[in-house]
This record gives sequence, C-alpha cells and structure tokens, in this order.
Amino acid sequence: MKRISFFLIIFFLYTKSTYALIEIDITRGNLDPLPIAVSPLHVDVKSETHKDMNIKELGSEISKIIEKNFKNTGLFNPLKKEAFVQKPDIAHLKPRFEDWRLIKAQALVTGKLLVKDEKLKVEFRLWDLTAAKEMTALAFTTTPSNWRRVAHIISDKIYERLTGEEGYFDTRIIYVSESGPKNERIKKLAIMDQDGASTKYLTLGNELVLTPRFNPTNQMVTYLSYFRNMPRVYLLDIETGMQEVVGNFPGMTFAPRFSPDGKKIIMSFAEDGNSDIYTMDLETRVVERITNHSSIDTSPSFSPDGKFICFNSDRSGLQQIYVMRSDGSDVKRITFGKGIYGTPVWSPRGDLIAFTKVRKGRFYIGVMRTDGSGERLLTENFYQEAPSWSPNGRVLVFYRETKSGSKGEGFSASLWSIDITGYNERKLTTKTDASDPSWSSLLSK
Amino acid sequence: MTKSLIYSIIFHSLMILLTVLSLPFMTREPIDLPPIVSVELIQISDKTNIPFAPKARKIIEETKKKEERVVSEQAPPAAKAKEKPDRIPLPDDKKEKKQIVKKKQNPEEVIPQIRQSSEFEKKEIIDTNQIAALIDKAKEVEAVKKNKTDKLTQSSVKNSFASGLTLSQEDALKAQIFGCWSVPLGLPFDDDLLVRIKLKLKKDGTIMKSEILDHQRMNKPGQKFYKVLAESALRAVRLCQPLKVPPTGYEKWKDLQLNFNPTEMLKG
Repeated sequence: MKRISFFLIIFFLYTKSTYALIEIDITRGNLDPLPIAVSPLHVDVKSETHKDMNIKELGSEISKIIEKNFKNTGLFNPLKKEAFVQKPDIAHLKPRFEDWRLIKAQALVTGKLLVKDEKLKVEFRLWDLTAAKEMTALAFTTTPSNWRRVAHIISDKIYERLTGEEGYFDTRIIYVSESGPKNERIKKLAIMDQDGASTKYLTLGNELVLTPRFNPTNQMVTYLSYFRNMPRVYLLDIETGMQEVVGNFPGMTFAPRFSPDGKKIIMSFAEDGNSDIYTMDLETRVVERITNHSSIDTSPSFSPDGKFICFNSDRSGLQQIYVMRSDGSDVKRITFGKGIYGTPVWSPRGDLIAFTKVRKGRFYIGVMRTDGSGERLLTENFYQEAPSWSPNGRVLVFYRETKSGSKGEGFSASLWSIDITGYNERKLTTKTDASDPSWSSLLSK
Repeated sequence: MTKSLIYSIIFHSLMILLTVLSLPFMTREPIDLPPIVSVELIQISDKTNIPFAPKARKIIEETKKKEERVVSEQAPPAAKAKEKPDRIPLPDDKKEKKQIVKKKQNPEEVIPQIRQSSEFEKKEIIDTNQIAALIDKAKEVEAVKKNKTDKLTQSSVKNSFASGLTLSQEDALKAQIFGCWSVPLGLPFDDDLLVRIKLKLKKDGTIMKSEILDHQRMNKPGQKFYKVLAESALRAVRLCQPLKVPPTGYEKWKDLQLNFNPTEMLKG
C-alpha cells in the first residue's frame, strides 16, 4: 500500500510539473543576413615562394574571395576586417569567443596555409561564436595556382554547414560573349568562374554560336552553331578542349540540352516545317521523336529524375508551358496566366520550374511549382530571358538587354542573377557583353 | 494468489480512477497546438499592449496588496453579473461591455471554431476585460479586482498551466527573441520544421541549461535543414541572454519551452 501511495504521489507530481511548463511560440525572426567574420588565413612562416605568386598576401586574398561569395548570396553579412580583434594565427588556434561576439559576429572562419614543395596546403575552421564551439574543419592540398578554387571550395563547405543546402561557388558559368555593333555582333563562347574571374574564350567568333548548356554530370557543354547557314549541334569538353559535331539538323534547330544523366541531348527542330521535340542518344546517335503535333513545340527541359519533360508549345493558340512524361505521353498544360510563357527550365532540386513570361511588352523571370501552381514573378525588365539554375536550385542566372536606338546605339547585354525568393538581384561582371548563360554543376563533386 | 489478485484489483481500480480524474487535463493537452494559439495571442496583445503597459504596474501592485481579500472573492461569472447593473457609463461603452460579458459567460460557445483550449480562452477573457477596464476609466478599480479573480480561478482550477506569464510579459519575451533570431533563409518552406528548445533559467534570465527536445533528429541523415534551424534557434537564445523575464514568479518560469517555427516567415 505504501508503494502504491508512493506511485500516486509521483504520478501527481509528474502531471503537475508537465502542466506547469510554459511554452512560447517563436514564429518570427529577423531576416537580416547572418553576421559572419572571415579572418584572413594565416600564412605559415615556413612557406616558400612559388613562381611569381605573392604568397604573403594569399591568406587575405582567399578570405576576400570567401567574403565576396558570402555577400553575393544575400544570406550572410561578412563583417569589416578593421573591427577584427584577434590575429589570424591565434584566432585559428582558439578564438576568444567573447571578443568576436563583441563585434556582433555569430560565426567565424579562420584558417592557415602553407606553401611547400610546390604544394599549397590550406586548412580552415568554422566556429559558432554563440555556442563557443567548432562547427567544421577541413584541410586541402593542391597546386598553388589553384588557390581561387580552394577559396570557392571553402565557401561551399561553410555555406553547406550554415544553410543545410549545397553550395554553388566552385562552379563556372558559360555564356555567349558579344561584341561589336548590334547588327554585326561577334559572338564567342566564353566561360568564367561563378564570381566573374578567369574568363576564357572557347570559340573564335567567326561562327554564330547559341545556347551553350552544361552537362549536369560533368564539364561537357553542348551548343548550337551555324556552319554555312546550317545549324549544327556541338559537344565541347571544357577540360580537354575537344569538340565534336553531334549532327546536322534540318531547318530551325533550337536549344539542345542534356538529360540529367548526361547521356542524351534533347532539342527541338523542324522537320517538314513544323517544330517538334526530339532526343538523341549520344552513344548510339539514335534520334527519337518525342512530340508529334501540328503546333510548334520548343525549349524542352528534363526533370532531374529524368521522368518528365517541360516544354513550350503554342498548341492552345498562345505560347504556354506544358509537362509530359519523357516518352511524350500524358501532355499537360501547366500555365494558364495571361501573357506568353517561354524557356521553361526544371530546377535541379526538382521542386520548381523557372520560365520567362512576356506580358504587355514587359519581360519577367519567374518560378512556379511543377504543376503550374504558385507562380512567382521574380524580376521585370524591358528584355530579359533564358534563366539557368545554380546547381543547388537556389539562384537563377539570366541575361538582360537594354533598349537601343534605331541604329542600335545604347544596346547592351549583361548577365544577372537573382535568388528564388526574388531578393538579391545582382549584375554579374563580364569582360564583354554577355547573353545565354548556363551554370555548371559543382566542379569538386 | 488471491492476495496478489486483490492487490492487482485495487491497483487497477486506482489507476482507472486516476485516469478518470485526470482525463480532462489529458484531453486538453493535445489541443495545445502552438501555431493557432500564437496567432490569437499576438493579435490581442497588439491591441492591449499600448494602453495596458502603463496600467500593468498599478494592477500588479494592487494585486499584491489585496491578495488575501481577493481569494475570498466570488467566482468571476457572479462578479460580472453584479457589475453590469452597476455601471452607467456612456452608451457606447455599455454596448462594448455587454458584448464582452457575453463572451465571458459562455466562452465555449464562442470559441470552438478556433479550437482553443479553455486555458487560453481564459487568457483571452482576462485580456478583453482589461481592454474594457481601460475604456471604462471610471470603473478601473473594479476591473482590477476582476482581473485578479480571473487569475486566481485560472491558477486554482487549471493547475497553473501557462499562467506563469501575462500576455505582455510573454510578448516582451517573444519580441526579444524575434530580434535575436536570424532565420536561416535557405530553408525549404514546405518542410515540417519545428524546433523545440527547453530552457532552465536563472533568476536574472540567463540560461542555466538549454536542450533541444528532438536532438537525436539533428544528426540523422537527410535532416540537415533541421540541424541548421536548431542551431540558429540555439544561437538566438544564447544571443538574447539575459532573457526578459518577469521580476517575480521564478518558480513558474524557471522552466521554459520555446517552439521555433519558421514556416510563416519562409512562406513570406
């Protein structure tokens, strides 16, 4: 009996204490970017010189690239270095958390590097300053000339740790570089790092090039080029510079794009004067017809699982976006809004489709769910199109053209990026005018 | 054998009795869904906060003075019944009063669509009374009394659930944490992301211990976003130290649970 009463008491105490707990719901917070301090990487005194590189400055150069990457995301606010209170080498060993908290930093990046035997060794640590603990730490060894990539890889790792999603800094963007007057544009294929550095030209500019697209699995590119007025689809390996013609296609050929596994190319071309969608197996070179409709079907793009294709069609009268199975069955119209929809691109995350919309003479870049619901227009301008996804499906890059006079004066084309929330619109710096961008997958994957 | 059978019967019947006795409390707990409740509370506080704040001190002081007397006072419904004929305020005021009183007399009829638990209904009632009291300045003192009686009944009947903080105190705390919490904007908005943090507080509002209730979820594969959110919530709590807790009633708020839910924000 004593025991029972004991249990009784325990039971009552337990219930009482449960009900006494006060719960408070926190449903709001501030949308300010996370304040982060990126301390310059400490350069080890044993470092040797390497060619004509300024090794002493390398530590702060790397930290500057990391800062710039973070700033461009709109999610982080890198703090000014003047406010830093601790030397890089000491901070890397064990930061004085209170001091860093004083400058309102919530996260801290420290690191050190060593150049020895023609090799660059970089290590970094990410600290949670409020919890006073290390969140992640990694080290890389590479050739010293690769230091920019190291900075991008570090950025990716930190971004991933702090946001939960994959980074997109160690990536490249391929685009069509344009120069010359509007009616005599010289168009070359160009590639640059995602932050605008290391631009390289891949074609000479004697042929018209269009719509370069990255293979989502490696560093291959497919693009369209006119050779003696005939459209040709090319494959280009960026690492080796090897180029090959996939095939000559009749009439108007448009926008070749890789399938998610990189084994096929999907495009539209016009046989018998009517544009339909076709795929081509890159190994066997077998062309397969996907749509067969009397209307114009263009701009196909695979879903990341390869099961569906979204494309453009004017079968309802106006140009709208449709989704079908990858074998061409089960075609469904998904856009019903006012205006014309074009260039649908399936997000690598699979949840959204980006598109260009034209309404009342204005151009919009927008995203919607894959069933056409939840349409959000992110940006509006005089002329803009061709959105391309960052590999993590968070940012879109597209191009914008300005209005020109009757003789083409004042005309320019430039690359812009915007994230899917519609905030953080940025102009990308390119050496020449630029159009038709395509974002690569992560190089270090 | 028979002995143990008897023990068993006694024990089981006791358990059944206990369950029956505590059943109403148990049924109430699941209704305590954070999102719905929070929305209601915010709206009310928006109304009350400004006029109420300066009066709050008076009210608290008076409660302290008259605590004993208040205990002996009548239950709230009766007090209201008396009150109505007492008052002869401006016609407009009168109308408002009537409405509020109606609400109070049978709260269950008014609020079921919102599906709030009765504890929170009570809270709401307290608050509407305060509004009424503030409108009717002549009857301020009476309103204060009423306020007290409400509180007391709540704590005595409802096992003092959620009565540790007044709405304004809760709002102050919320507002403080809102300011400290940098919501990770990269999170997907359609995921079920709710982080519950249990805190043990010192009297000055600094944190003795903080614990994430589903912390095992943090290290599971595919739960990166949850981990990020949980870490951001922990950062917010630590940044906010010391928390703006009321100067009294430490026993009531020394254990505090914060439910961080960014869904609304991310949907934006």
